[in-house]
Amino acid sequence: MEKSMTNKYYNTNNRIHPLKFALWIGMASITMMFGAFTSAYVVRQAAGNWLEFPLPNIFFVSTAVLLISSILLHTSFRSFKSQKENLYKFFLVGSFVLGVLFIVLQYEGWVRLFEIGVDLKGNPAGSFLYVITGIHALHVIGGIVALIIAMINAFSLKFKITDKRIINFELTLHYWHFVDLLWVYLLIFLYLSR
Amino acid sequence: MSLVKTFDEEVLIEEQGFDDHFHEHHHEDKYKSSFIFKYIFSLDHKIIARQFLFTGIFWALIGAAMSVIFRLQLGFPDESVAWLKPFLGRWIMINEETGMGTLDPQFYYALVTMHGTIIVFFVLTAGLSGTFSNLLIPLQIGARDMASPLLNMLSYWFFFLAGVVMFFSLFLSTGPFSGGWVAYPPLSALPQASSGSGAGMTLWLVSLTFFVVSVLLGGINYITTVLNLRTKGMSLWKMPLTIWSFFITAIIGLLSFPVLVSGFFLLMSDRSLGTSFYLSDIFINGQALDYVGGSPILYQHLFWFLGHPEVYIIILPAMGIVSEVLSVHARKPIFGYKAMVYSIASIAFLSFIVWAHHMFMSGVNPFISNFFVVFTLIIAVPSAVKVFNWITTLWGGSIRLNSPMLFAIGFVSLFISGGLTGIFLGNSALDIQLHDTYFVVAHFHIVMGVAAFFGMFAGIYHWFPKMFGRFMNETLGRIHFWITLIGAYMIFWPMHYLGMAGVPRRYYRFDSFDAFGQFTTMNEFITIAAIIVFFAQVLFVVNFIWSINHGKEQTTKNPWLATTLEWTTPIKAGHGNWEGNIPTVHRWAYDYGKDGEDYIPQYIPLTEKEKAEIDNH
Repeated sequence: MEKSMTNKYYNTNNRIHPLKFALWIGMASITMMFGAFTSAYVVRQAAGNWLEFPLPNIFFVSTAVLLISSILLHTSFRSFKSQKENLYKFFLVGSFVLGVLFIVLQYEGWVRLFEIGVDLKGNPAGSFLYVITGIHALHVIGGIVALIIAMINAFSLKFKITDKRIINFELTLHYWHFVDLLWVYLLIFLYLSR
Repeated sequence: MSLVKTFDEEVLIEEQGFDDHFHEHHHEDKYKSSFIFKYIFSLDHKIIARQFLFTGIFWALIGAAMSVIFRLQLGFPDESVAWLKPFLGRWIMINEETGMGTLDPQFYYALVTMHGTIIVFFVLTAGLSGTFSNLLIPLQIGARDMASPLLNMLSYWFFFLAGVVMFFSLFLSTGPFSGGWVAYPPLSALPQASSGSGAGMTLWLVSLTFFVVSVLLGGINYITTVLNLRTKGMSLWKMPLTIWSFFITAIIGLLSFPVLVSGFFLLMSDRSLGTSFYLSDIFINGQALDYVGGSPILYQHLFWFLGHPEVYIIILPAMGIVSEVLSVHARKPIFGYKAMVYSIASIAFLSFIVWAHHMFMSGVNPFISNFFVVFTLIIAVPSAVKVFNWITTLWGGSIRLNSPMLFAIGFVSLFISGGLTGIFLGNSALDIQLHDTYFVVAHFHIVMGVAAFFGMFAGIYHWFPKMFGRFMNETLGRIHFWITLIGAYMIFWPMHYLGMAGVPRRYYRFDSFDAFGQFTTMNEFITIAAIIVFFAQVLFVVNFIWSINHGKEQTTKNPWLATTLEWTTPIKAGHGNWEGNIPTVHRWAYDYGKDGEDYIPQYIPLTEKEKAEIDNH
């Protein structure tokens, strides 16, 4: 039912798949949530009594890792569509590994911050940083779960290009790009507004 | 010869309709096979709508009963409420010598808090928008179901889960959360602040987080469905105003609820991780707490960034329902259709830039307040446009004064009287006197509480045949209307006087304040009116439940002679709504009284004359 409701009926005048559209709306609301966090950050910072500290360099490394992961997933999607089965699987696993690496690096970043005396408790400057990066990391973990499902499909199903598999892959891809761009925004924001 | 009668509806839809090959794929609809999947974990938007409605009614009864209990306290603080002991248990304190039972003050605050939370979120957001968006969006735009029936089902079950958690919190030994429905820190952030701020507040936060998930899943679906699944010919400007209002409501919800979640996350981390986002320099029992550097105002900003749009999330669907009901039962096209759409959109836009008018008295810079005053007062313009259009729609109509119509007219009345007091409160200077008094209580109950309930009642009476294939009892409906309308004014009108005299809201009793002694009789009057209105709502619920199986049976597909597509489906429509083709739309939803016809449904093709008129424009 689910499948036919969305795939079969409405293709006549639809330029965009309803589920993809729904995902974009969902991304808009996640953006609002982080918009609220960063606005709260600005408002609180303007009130003074704000601890200043440098961002750990490891956050820039993790950014590069996440960006490369995004590119790999995109390449994997291209390979899938052009029927290059091995490349598709290789890049999919690659982007998953780099996704996990991102989380590990973020954790390392938090450890470095803690070492220079930025605590979760205490001055809100630190609390904001941990909460914002932490909730972003949760969204990345959501994406990693989607990648795991994609890998299970890739290795358990027979290689075949169907509309359903393309749309599922695209949903994962868009979300993965989204958490990537979201992190770039957060990093630039945190860097500029220290 | 009438245009409608010359066309056989079924033949017309079959010929003109849009064949989506529905039946080639659905020889066996497996979801029909078992009770559990048909009625419980249903994917059919019509069933999900009914689930939202039943759950909403359940919560409305609880929320209303709570208000009766705290009204008893406010009206008759010296009467014994020992008879409530069986229901409230240890929250009723019995004096052993006199046998006098009094309401525990702590529980009084819990009742006020829960009344607000339940009615605002569970009844007027989920019960109203959830019910009618689910029922009407696919039916009125000509879709088989929502874009994702699965997400739609999950939306209901997250709401249900939120309800279970909240219901459970009512029975905690420390009581449910009692710091007001807005949950301002530090009351909400410090477990030691009051007995309800511990486990009660934790469950409150968990429940509302589930609730937001439900709203977001629902909203994503409503927006996607409206934009992607409209039938052939249903351009945006041919959509009924109900759909416009549900659509814009979903957009507001999707943009504002995530901000509330952000605020909740920071609150949760203050509560459990020891951060100080909202807390600073707090002393409890002479002991300074560790929290330094936070600001409770920050929470208020985040909360009201949702909180203000939330009142439009509540009222816009009611407005859409009322527009539709007024037009159908006045047998006239809605006056100023495009102006209606533009005013819904501008109200939605303005709702995002007025939140600080809830915070005039919490230390916001008075110069910044001016900005919020101006935008708040500008909301009066689109609201007045809508009121003008509703009244003009009624003007000269051949009005059927039945229950849905009465409630729709009642809505307009309440919206005017409640809206006018909004102009007082939107003014930051007057707010010095009026803030946190019964004037505020009177204002928002009339304009958003009772008015939204009237919109919901209009919708329930009007679309009851669509939901259950029967009509609700008309006599009981009218009794319900008159008691509720007169009673609601009797409850909330006197509160304006209380508020102007400075009587603060949320107080447990007033007898230690000499200045408020003169209002004892007025408070008794309000309480008696509240009890009467409560029993009128019980009457409504009885009528509702009785009519599901015993109401007057619906014999024709289109009993109200309406133009919209939901009345072209079979009386008991299955999953997929239309048995054959989906109707194609040729005209807007408000062709009433055109060219000598009483009404022309949306699926009737344009006549040569009409086509010529369009070409001339």
